[in-house]
Amino acid sequence: MGINLLKRIGLSIFVLFGLSILIFIISRVVPGDPARLALGPRAPEWAVQKLRQEMHLDKPLYTQYVLWLDGLVHGDLGRSLVTRRSVTTDIKEFLPATLEIVILSAIVLVFGGIFLGIISAKFTNSWLDGLIRVISYLGIVSPAFVWAIIFVLIFGYNIPIFPTMGRLSPGVVPPPMITGMYTVDSLITGNFGTFVDAFKHLVLPAIALAMGGMAQAARITRSSMLDNMGKDYIAAEKAYGIPEGLIFVKYLLKPSLIPTVSVASLDIAALFGNAFLVELIFNYPGFSRYGISAMLNKDLNAIAGVIMVLGVIFVTINIIIDFIVAYLDPRIGLAGR
Amino acid sequence: MTTREASDYSVVNRYVENAKKAWYKFSRNKMSVVGLVVIVLIILSAVFARIVAPYPKHAGAFVNYAEANLPPGWHHLLGTDVFGRDILSRIIFAFRGALIMGVGVLVMVVPIGTVIGLIAGYMKGSLIETILMRITDIFLALPPLILALAVCAVMRPTLFNSMMAVCISWWPWYARLVYGMASSLRNEVYVRAAELIGESRFHIIFREILPNCLAPIFTKMMLDMGWVILTGASLSFVGLGEQPPTPALGTMVSDGAKYLPDYWWISIFPAIAIMIIVLAFNLLGDGVKDMLSTEE
Amino acid sequence: MGDLVKIQDLYVWFRVYGGYMKVLNGVNFSVGKGEKVSIVGETGCGKTTTMKTILRILSSQAHIPKGEVLFEEKDILKMKEGEIKRLRGRGVAMIFQDPMASLNPVFTIGDQLAAVISHSGVQDLDKEKIRQLSINALKEVKLPDPERILGSYPFQMSGGMRQRICIAMALATERALIIADEPTTNLDVTIQDQILALLRELVTKRGNSLILITHSLGIARENADRIYVMYAGNMVEVSNNEELFCNPLHPYTEMLLGCVPKLSGGGIAEGIAGRIPDYLNPPPGCRFEPRCPYATDRCREEKPDFVDVGNGHKVACFKYN
Repeated sequence: MGINLLKRIGLSIFVLFGLSILIFIISRVVPGDPARLALGPRAPEWAVQKLRQEMHLDKPLYTQYVLWLDGLVHGDLGRSLVTRRSVTTDIKEFLPATLEIVILSAIVLVFGGIFLGIISAKFTNSWLDGLIRVISYLGIVSPAFVWAIIFVLIFGYNIPIFPTMGRLSPGVVPPPMITGMYTVDSLITGNFGTFVDAFKHLVLPAIALAMGGMAQAARITRSSMLDNMGKDYIAAEKAYGIPEGLIFVKYLLKPSLIPTVSVASLDIAALFGNAFLVELIFNYPGFSRYGISAMLNKDLNAIAGVIMVLGVIFVTINIIIDFIVAYLDPRIGLAGR
Repeated sequence: MTTREASDYSVVNRYVENAKKAWYKFSRNKMSVVGLVVIVLIILSAVFARIVAPYPKHAGAFVNYAEANLPPGWHHLLGTDVFGRDILSRIIFAFRGALIMGVGVLVMVVPIGTVIGLIAGYMKGSLIETILMRITDIFLALPPLILALAVCAVMRPTLFNSMMAVCISWWPWYARLVYGMASSLRNEVYVRAAELIGESRFHIIFREILPNCLAPIFTKMMLDMGWVILTGASLSFVGLGEQPPTPALGTMVSDGAKYLPDYWWISIFPAIAIMIIVLAFNLLGDGVKDMLSTEE
Repeated sequence: MGDLVKIQDLYVWFRVYGGYMKVLNGVNFSVGKGEKVSIVGETGCGKTTTMKTILRILSSQAHIPKGEVLFEEKDILKMKEGEIKRLRGRGVAMIFQDPMASLNPVFTIGDQLAAVISHSGVQDLDKEKIRQLSINALKEVKLPDPERILGSYPFQMSGGMRQRICIAMALATERALIIADEPTTNLDVTIQDQILALLRELVTKRGNSLILITHSLGIARENADRIYVMYAGNMVEVSNNEELFCNPLHPYTEMLLGCVPKLSGGGIAEGIAGRIPDYLNPPPGCRFEPRCPYATDRCREEKPDFVDVGNGHKVACFKYN
């Protein structure tokens, strides 16, 4: 197990190294003259020259890469052209806000999806199963930003039980910065009122984000449970007098979760991607909205920083999911992908 | 000569027979047929947008503030936007970009991914396989939408550039799918036999292995059409796709979202259009999967 | 009269697209206490369906229009959940055809054995006792190093080892009847004999009843006291082991025996012309009629019942009444 973990981490470091080259190409090579692109066509030549020097664009490409990578390793991602601050500082401020949403969303996705799948499989072909299947289909084909708009429409105006804007209600003081996640920080400092308010602001974006993946998880869980129900080993377990309830929740469920969990890494990755759009609709000052504004403003240092951070997060999620799958399925033996 | 004719006849017969069987398998699920019909309608309306759309002029930079923000009604079935443009007409024209996006991306991505996957799969254990698949891994280390957004961001926002961006994030999935199939097919007896009689690598890869990968590739393509269109809509949603005044579904949704809930129709109808197109391609994809599956 | 299981005129249908598959067509069958019975027939003739009915583990599409399945004089088809549970735990155990598929792939052998033992109705079980019973069961089927096996997963075992584990599960606690459904079909020929010998030895030692399902007359001859021949959802002939081979009565049995390759002379045996009937639209009379060289008009219209020709030898064919 230890050796496989090391191997897996080694491979991931290689992948991240490759990713850094890819990102360097995207942010420094593709745009042609990044400094001119960043400052726009009307900026005076001297300003462009100055930025070129600052970004080391006057040096050969490989030197540029080495300098950039050196900064990356030391946590220096350069200066954002829009906020005029260090990109690292910006990320530290905005990332926790998005993590809050995505973590809640992932919990809803995994547990909600598996729960719905189990119900659907348990009551196959009942009206409940039919309802869940229709909703899943809609969930899969509707993009997160459409759910976000529908939620804003319903909860923002018709049934205003959840807020649809920002991280906190106006007048609520943010908790002191510890992790940067308002819900966690407010709990640590014992400020329960702030916690409830911050949590309420997470609910709608998190569910809008989770819908697609949750529907997918429900469908996969259902079909793999139905598939496994017909297997000999389930018939054998029944024949040996093991109660059907126990078979269902233990001997049928565990093998059936393998495919669901295997695709969960993709679904959770999609959460980060879709967070870019959902945060815009909920006007939520998070990492993704920061990323979008960086992209729209051609803020190349910020773009590179945002993507690199997402790459690290995604690779880490993949490792974790691989290990959960390996726990569920002893046949995999943690040999990597 | 007569035998020749007879065999030609039986070949034609067999094609007809196969087509009938394929249609039977496809149409067994009524929803697949619904998906097919919807897609044909969408394609036709996109191609003949000038004739079908009630106000073709509204697809461009048309302004008529007198008719701005009209709710759905007889003159404007789906209402009008802030510039007084007919939303139905704009949706019909936006289907063009969406379909070009879907077809264009898949036409570029599938051959690239397939060839890389085939070569890496057949050469399993070699340096070439390692290089190709590690590169694929690197591209897979980012969620696809984010990679597409990043590439889009550094290029000028046009429909073509957003297609390129989606391509860059999409080919690795085909490479991986085909790699998996090719690396198991290379152990099949007929591949071994071809190797033994000295067939070239080219022949083995493209004539022996590729034909056996086609069904899953084709199924994935059908299912992917919807997802590519959705990704394109997501890019245009943040403003990184087709630029105004040309209509794009994502742009229409995000522009309209500013006027929720009073002028809800401006963003809700384009959003429903996206859902319908993705749903239809999903239904069609499921039908194609049924059609190409070998089980009776 | 000492019958452990007695099946009378059992019909089992399966709901499918386009109607019912009428698989079992009035099966009559019995097995006595301590008796070893074999059922011989082609693939798809309803052997496994009959056995699944005894355990009530048929799929949800199954429909039983008629028939009785008596276990110790009680009708299994009318049993309540609690009684069924007792039946499965203490009465009957089944060993499945494919040892690769009949063990849960994601749980250890120890976990699965423990589950079987703890639901077998044995009183006063604790962890240590379950473990002891598991180890004993594995020892009995002559598996080396049982403690290591308890912690292993099925995929780490060979086919023969897995089938031994399945037998161990069936015999871990006391049960009246063991059903073995083609237990050796998916195993190497060299291992088949070992597994059958082991099964025979254990069943004889404990005095269990055994139903051995097979499509090989040879296996049936070596392992059973009495042999049923089954064709397309009917028992067509039953008799003592010796008698069946010396004096086969039903045309199907005759033809089956004709198919066995002989060591001396004769060359390769010919098969039986035709195939098993379509269960959606089976022949209305005798189901063997379309393939039978002796078929008459009566065979086309009427279904023959078992006729006793003496000495417990029964045959379902109009030739004999």
